[in-house]
Amino acid sequence: MSLAVLDFEKPLYERIDALEALRAKRRPTQADRAKIHALEGEIETLRQETYANLSPFQRIKIARHMARPRSLDYVETLFEDWIEVHGDRGFADDKAVIAGYARFEGRPVTIIGQQKGKDTRENLERNFGMMHPEGYRKALRIMRNAAKFDMPIFIFIDTPGAYPGIGAEERGQAEAIARNLLEMARLPVPIICTVIGEGASGGALGIGVGDRLLMLENSWYCVISPEGCASILFRDASHAPRAAEALKLSAPDLLEQGIADEIIPEPLGGAHRDFETTAENVRKALSRNLRLFEGKSGETLVNERYERYRRIGVFEEG
Amino acid sequence: MPWYRKPQFSSLRPREPQESPQRVPDGLWHRCPACLSIIYARDFTDNLKVCPSCGFHEKLSSEERLAMLVDDGTFDECDANVSSIDALGFVDSKPYPERLAAMKKRSGLVDAVRCGTSEIGGQRVSLAVMDFAFVGGSMGSVVGEKVTRAIERAIELRIPMLTVVTSGGARMQESTYSLMQMAKTSAALARLDDARLPHIVILTNPSTAGVMASYGSLGDVIIAEPDALIGFAGPRVIEQTIRQKLPRGFQRSEFVKEHGFVDIVCERAHLRDTVITLLGLLRGPHQAGICAELPTGEEEEPIPAEERVAPQGKKRATKVKATTKKPAKRGSTQTKSSKKRVGAPRASR
Ligand SMILES: [Zn+2]
Repeated sequence: MSLAVLDFEKPLYERIDALEALRAKRRPTQADRAKIHALEGEIETLRQETYANLSPFQRIKIARHMARPRSLDYVETLFEDWIEVHGDRGFADDKAVIAGYARFEGRPVTIIGQQKGKDTRENLERNFGMMHPEGYRKALRIMRNAAKFDMPIFIFIDTPGAYPGIGAEERGQAEAIARNLLEMARLPVPIICTVIGEGASGGALGIGVGDRLLMLENSWYCVISPEGCASILFRDASHAPRAAEALKLSAPDLLEQGIADEIIPEPLGGAHRDFETTAENVRKALSRNLRLFEGKSGETLVNERYERYRRIGVFEEG
Repeated sequence: MPWYRKPQFSSLRPREPQESPQRVPDGLWHRCPACLSIIYARDFTDNLKVCPSCGFHEKLSSEERLAMLVDDGTFDECDANVSSIDALGFVDSKPYPERLAAMKKRSGLVDAVRCGTSEIGGQRVSLAVMDFAFVGGSMGSVVGEKVTRAIERAIELRIPMLTVVTSGGARMQESTYSLMQMAKTSAALARLDDARLPHIVILTNPSTAGVMASYGSLGDVIIAEPDALIGFAGPRVIEQTIRQKLPRGFQRSEFVKEHGFVDIVCERAHLRDTVITLLGLLRGPHQAGICAELPTGEEEEPIPAEERVAPQGKKRATKVKATTKKPAKRGSTQTKSSKKRVGAPRASR
């Protein structure tokens, strides 16, 4: 499968293509062999260099890669007995978010995940992972069932934001997100949130209140998209790379800020370059983090969750 | 005095602002930005900054809001010295610390919300009053912290929470810290809800984005001033996304009420009375001043509804002085645990 190459990967992939062309030769000359050898070394060095010091905006490009694994990829790989359920019981079924029940290491769990598409058709169906109010209400309905049946909740975050549209406003986008923030704060079951791609603003947080926040290495999580920030503060969306730097929104930044708890490593080049390894890393992280909450009462969980958010913030006093 | 009403030949375009001072000393007159009528400034202020011609509600500062809402001399401000710092080294057109310093100087405020307790019609409440003049009423760590403390204060004192919103959204310069304040304030409101204490929200122009996607939408009763912009996404963002013009009145108070997300649209002149009436109605046995009159009995024994309601006269006599130290017979356990938190200085980072 050939994957779209990002701009900063071009020098690397030009060499990889050249190498493959040389290797495909039926009768390589002595010079070709020497070139192959040189290219192999060059590629290895360049591969390390390209991915060793990714800028925040380069990471964002990886997080937005069309082939990046989606929520359903993880669900289908890491869980058994997956039953997807639908609808908020009030208005509609929002396909930008998936919800359902499954088994994880034998134990019944609840899963909520924002779902982007992998091509244009799918993205139109999934609204690019941008939820409407009924999506947040569907998520809350299923999470309440999780509490009722004492199931831990796994959340997969991957959204460019809540959908800004007429219908979304008419049906109370703000209220739907706010309600989830309040109710998730007091759900008496463990909630493990994982940002697998993009975590943009209230649209991400609206399903993102929990006991642990894990972030895939190249994912980001912020109050606004770098483009949105750039168009407001720098008056031009093309300054997004600068905004991405300023916002300190990548996984290592959030770990340092004490907002994220753990970074899940991705293979060189990003999750889409080696899904099997990525999925295994995610599985291990989910398993390890879920065990942290074994035997904790609902009351303890809710109190600890309160303290977790209570201490986030920077200010001075006096 | 019809001569200072709307000028007969006024064009749709507002005249240059320096025009009126030519006729009268500066500050004596106010021109309504909505209908362009000219009004004697003191009359305008006496009218709570509502245009007598068209009913346009001008923005109020937190100071003016407190003056019109609470009983004179009862506002006891808390956390007045909680102030923003630049944790991320954020620079846009200027460094964030410079922006903050300029903002403080220009607005005379420390940040975008003022909190404390006060009496409204003799009923004690915990208050959070936002101010648009400070970075557009944006919510960063300070707003999140102060609103959370105000909610915790309401729980500790077992009094209602009243929030007056005016906000353009989150404080971008504080990035993900700002976002997390939505979770923090909402979690505190979950505790307020568990403690069965009311949260009354007043939405004023504008009330959008992060604040609306958290405590602004989480009132037991949500009151809006007329024609306030209320919503999640800003109108310009929506227009850019859907590439069409928005319908007239979209995201305005009356529209939002029609769609079921605001309880009452209330003119400023009736706001205080409406709040006083609501505070009197949304009582329940869990508030300070009420529990003292509850019949003592077994914890598990249900109390007949008619016995829960204290006689009107008796309630009035005790409500202000009611001790808050006395534990509620049927109160929530949250009250105890929150005590330590309230007012405790918090380490930065
Ligand atoms: Zn007017």
